[in-house]
Order: sequence, then C-alpha cells, then structure tokens
Amino acid sequence: MKKGDKILLAHGGGGQLSDELIRHHILPGFKNDVLAELSDSAKLNLASSSICFTTDSYVVKPLFFNGGDIGKLAVCGTINDLAVAGSVPAALSLSLIIEEGFEFELLEKILTSIGETARQNDVDIVTGDTKTVEAGAADKIFINTAGIGTRLTGIDLGPNRIEAGDKIIISGTIGDHGMTIISQREGIKFQSKLKSDCASIAKLSRQLLGKGQSVKFMRDPTRGGLAATLNEICRASAFSIEIDETEIPINPTVQAAADMLGFDVLNIANEGKLVAVVSAESADDCLNICRGNGLGKEASIIGEVVQTCDVPVVEMITKIGGRRIVQMPYGRELPRIC
Amino acid sequence: MLERIYRAQTAMSSACQTLGRQVNIMEVCGTHTVSIFRCGLRSTLPEKIKLLSGPGCPVCVTDQSYIDAVLALAERDDCLIATYGDMIRVPGKGGSLETKKTNNNVKIVLSSEDALQLAKDNPGKEIVFVAVGFETTAPATAIAVKEAAAQGIDNFSILSGHKVVVPAMRILLSEKNNKIDGFLCPGHVSVIIGYGAFAEIVEDFNRPCVVAGFEPMQIIEGLAEICRQLNAGKPELKSIYTAVVTEKGNPAAQKIIDECFDVADGYWRGLGKIEKSALKLKDKYSRFDAFKRFNIVETQGGERDGCRCGEVLCGLIEPQQCQLFAKSCTPRAPVGPCMVSSEGPCAAWFKYGRKKQA
Ligand code: SF4
Repeated sequence: MKKGDKILLAHGGGGQLSDELIRHHILPGFKNDVLAELSDSAKLNLASSSICFTTDSYVVKPLFFNGGDIGKLAVCGTINDLAVAGSVPAALSLSLIIEEGFEFELLEKILTSIGETARQNDVDIVTGDTKTVEAGAADKIFINTAGIGTRLTGIDLGPNRIEAGDKIIISGTIGDHGMTIISQREGIKFQSKLKSDCASIAKLSRQLLGKGQSVKFMRDPTRGGLAATLNEICRASAFSIEIDETEIPINPTVQAAADMLGFDVLNIANEGKLVAVVSAESADDCLNICRGNGLGKEASIIGEVVQTCDVPVVEMITKIGGRRIVQMPYGRELPRIC
Repeated sequence: MLERIYRAQTAMSSACQTLGRQVNIMEVCGTHTVSIFRCGLRSTLPEKIKLLSGPGCPVCVTDQSYIDAVLALAERDDCLIATYGDMIRVPGKGGSLETKKTNNNVKIVLSSEDALQLAKDNPGKEIVFVAVGFETTAPATAIAVKEAAAQGIDNFSILSGHKVVVPAMRILLSEKNNKIDGFLCPGHVSVIIGYGAFAEIVEDFNRPCVVAGFEPMQIIEGLAEICRQLNAGKPELKSIYTAVVTEKGNPAAQKIIDECFDVADGYWRGLGKIEKSALKLKDKYSRFDAFKRFNIVETQGGERDGCRCGEVLCGLIEPQQCQLFAKSCTPRAPVGPCMVSSEGPCAAWFKYGRKKQA
C-alpha cells in the first residue's frame, strides 16, 4: 500500500483485489485460529451452551474523535451489549461496508484500533465480510459487529426482578460521547476539552455481577442517553423511577456545550457507561465496586425505583427542589437558534 | 441556595396576598421557558403565581408564509437552503425541510458563517440562509452579509425573518384583555440591546420588567423581584443579570445591525403584522436579499389545521388547552412550530410537563 491509495469498487468484488485486501490488510490484525481458516462460518467451542447474542451497526461522523474512533466503538459497543446482559463476551463478527475512494491509510487505522480493542478485551474476531459500494452510496465506512457471549451462571437479570426501593447506579459522568461527537462535527470551540467515554464496560459489569442476585438489571445508556434507558426500565418493569439531579455526575464542559446548543444532557449518548438497578441493601457495596474500577470512579447512586401512581414515569427532583418528568427523547436533538 | 429560594418564595407569596388574586408573569424568551421546565420550577411556585410563555421562541413566531417560502425555495434545483436545526421540522405547505431534504438541497448550519462557507464551497448553487432569530442572531447574519459583499460572493443570500422583541411586548400589552402583570425579560437579547430597551414598557404600560439569566436561581430571583415590585405597587426596570447585561448593551453589535438592516413592519405568528418589528436588509445589500432575488412577496399566513400556536405565544392559552396537544400534535408529528422547536412552549410542556408516556 502506498500513501494516498484508495479503496476501489473491485476490492469488494470477490476477486484478487478482495483477497489481497482481506489477507494483507484485514487478517493480520486479528490473528486467531478460527478466523485463519477463512471458512464460510466460524466454528466455535464455547464454555457454555447458554449464550447471549447481539448485533449493532456503527455509523459515526467524524470517524475519528477525541477518545476513540469508529473501530473502537464497533468493538466496545457490541461487547457492552453482551456484558450488561450478564454474559462474558467471547467472539465477534466484523462486517465492513466501505465507500469507493476511502483512503487505505484510514482503513488501516480503523482496523488497528479494532484489533487492539478486541485483544484488550479478550474477544476474538472470528468471522467477517467486506463490501464496497459506489462513491456516494455510503458515507466513508459503515461497520457492523455481531457478538456472542457466554452467560454467567447464577445470574438472572431482567426487568421482572425490579422492585420498589431498588437503587439506580450510573457508573460515571453522562453525555460525554454524544457531546464530543456533536461538538467535533459542528466545530464548536469546546471540542478540545471534550472526550468520548468510548470504552468496554465488560470488566466493570462482571465485577458488579460478582454481587450475584443483588444486581437486578443493567443497561448501557447509549443512544437517547440516560433518559431513554430510565424510561425503558420504567416501561419494562411498570414501576416508576425517581432521580435526584444533584446526584447525576456531569462533566462541566459537557454541560456547557449542551447548554450552548440547547440540549438536555440526560438525552445525550454514552459509550462506556452502565446503569444498574440493584437491591437497596447492596447499593453501597455496588457503588464501591464501581468506584474501585477505573471506569467507575465517578459512579453515583442517582435515584430509586418507586411505586407507580398512575402511569410509570421517570421523575427528577431538580437542584432547586422542583419536580419534572424525564421523557423518552424524540429522535435526535436539533441545535437551537440562539 | 435553599435560603435564597425560600426568600424568593416568600416574596412571591406576599405579592399574591397583597393583590388578592392570581399573578401572571410572562417569560418572554424561549430559553427561559425551557429552563423553567427543566428545573421543575412551576412545581415550587406558590399556587397563585402563573407563568405565561411569551413570543420569544424565534422559530415559533416566524410566520407561516415565511415557512412556506423557504419550503418553496428548497424545491428549486438551483437552491441550497442553509438553516439552523430548529427550523428543519417546522411543517408547512407540502411537508417540512426535513421531508423535502435530498442530498443537496438543505444543510443544517450552526452559524451564518457556516452558511457563507457553503456558498464558497458550492459555487454552482444559490445558498439561501434562513435568517431567523431576534437581536441575538441578527448581528451574525449582518456580518455574513457584509463579508459576502466584501468578498464578492454572489451566490449567497439571506431570507431575513429577524425580529425585534420590544414591539411584540407592546402589542401584547395593548390588547385590552391581557392578563400580564410583569415580564421576565430575556437575558441574551438584553446582552445586545441593553436592559434600557425595556424602559418604554415600564413607562408606557406600568409593568415590571426584570432581566434575568437562565440559571434556575436567576429565574427564581427574577420572579421574586417582579413580585416585590408588584407588592410595593412600584413597577420598575431592573436587571439582575448584572454579570453580563448592561443598560446600553453591546454598541458594536447594535451598530452592525443598523448598518445592514432597516427596521420595518413584520409578520408574526399569532400576533399578525406589527409595526417596526422586523429587520429587513438595507437597499444597498439588496442583492443579498432572498426576498428580492427570488421575488418572494411577504404576506400574512394563517395557522395550520386547528393549531393554536398564536394563542399559546400570546400567553392566552396553555398548550394543553389546544385540542391537538399530545394527540395529533407531538414532537414526532408536530402540527405547529411550538411543538417543533426545542424552545417552543408546546414542546416544553410535552417533554417536561406531562405525566403520560408518549
Ligand atoms: S399543541 Fe401543536 S397544534 Fe396545538 S398549539 Fe401547540 S403546536 Fe399548535
């Protein structure tokens, strides 16, 4: 590969160029026996036959942002989905849809990042696919990863286990990923101080699950932010949730950027956080477990599950002692005018 | 902080007692509206204090005919519409910018400067900047026009929907049946025009005008100050946003507005035609005036299909009193602009005020 080389349509055509792309550029970063076979399906020997299985597609602009890139995101995102469901991530698939003309150099950077992130988390990329599309038919590169995790024994997570009195823990500051992306995309002056929280929470969730049945439910609050996650918990459990604004950790720069654009930080995406619903008795222990993990230093108990009066709602007690409903966010937030 | 809140609440309660009736305070600005909802302020106020949302959300007060004109421009092959994000979902004739958006006819920008850059990057297209907002955004539009003139950028024009806020407040108070006891005046507009601009409201209509920032404490103390004045029977002009607002405002920003715009009559949603309430490009910049460039005639547009945004914006009804609220009109499928803009009163009520899940 020379500097400035670009992806051609033929790289996805199944011929020589495809083969070269796969053998010389993709495979070397993900060395493992299953993948090396290059068979039509990966054959896996898993520690348990009880598994979790998930998939997610990643489209992000810019591809490289402070704190991560689309590759790291594609690995962590799927790992996190497996982890919060109570499983140990074991294997991932990787599908790339690349726009014709995309620079090889950037592709290499993304692949390196994917490989590193997977290795750091002890998961193998065991199967994959590459397609190229005409210029204009995709925006640079789209990535899909699917993942399999083996379920931890003795763990039973589900909204049906939630009861009034349970506490809600967030593992750290909210809104960092979303505000970093938006600011970087829009070229806002805060961008240098903002950093995405893109990370794998697999270790953290496993440590928490060491508390066994005390942990009742977990989610990673990605798109739609904390607000969406809490509303989903309400809907699924039929209980209401009361949170305390003063307990929600927010990085001041994130808050300032959100204020400037008129966004509600509760609605902004996270990529390395978890929300856990835990029994009241275990809440302090769980909090300490989080705080003992590098990713959970700013973890906080932000509220609790309460009985529903008429319909399940998320209600927030604000800094000034007022009360307001936290709604399920609508689609994407639009920057306001002034 | 709790003590300050308590003191403010006491001031509000005693005003209600003295007057022996409900006290209606209008927050003019959409940013105040949102902040009030986000901090759950209403739930902490004495029962007799009623907050009315005013005509301060730039998207909301933009007349329907203007929206329809923008939508028509978006359909022309030669035009690329550069707009602030809030405008994109406002419905009008045949859809909204969002539904009409194709690959290269609508772009969301964060500033007029970005719009000008689009013009440089797309020499084959007519870039039309959807210039809405009050005195806060007008200076930036003016700068872009001056830049375009200086650099000879010929494919750039603006559709000025800019408005000035004080004439609208006068119209509201001129209405015989208005219930407004005082105004919480907008902080960021005041940064530009200076709090002195509201003096005429106090003098001519005898209503308290208090400029406050957007932090919850500022709002609470602003409301308390209005109540103290009402209690004492002495309406005054006051700014409690002293850190950033001065009496005279920002002369440089005012100057650039004056250089580029004439104050003209303008159409407001719900309020109709208001004298000397709009900013129109001066003749010397007419080649950057999209109204002239594309022969758009301004008229008074009506409301769409039973939408009562006009009454909402005048503080005459609360959003829930609109029959469509949360039924056929939601942020997902908005009927009027007040449900679209993040600062729109209907959207704020929907997001923060309702109990029922969407
Ligand atoms: S609820 Fe919808 S239709 Fe009714 S006034 Fe508000 S925006 Fe208009």
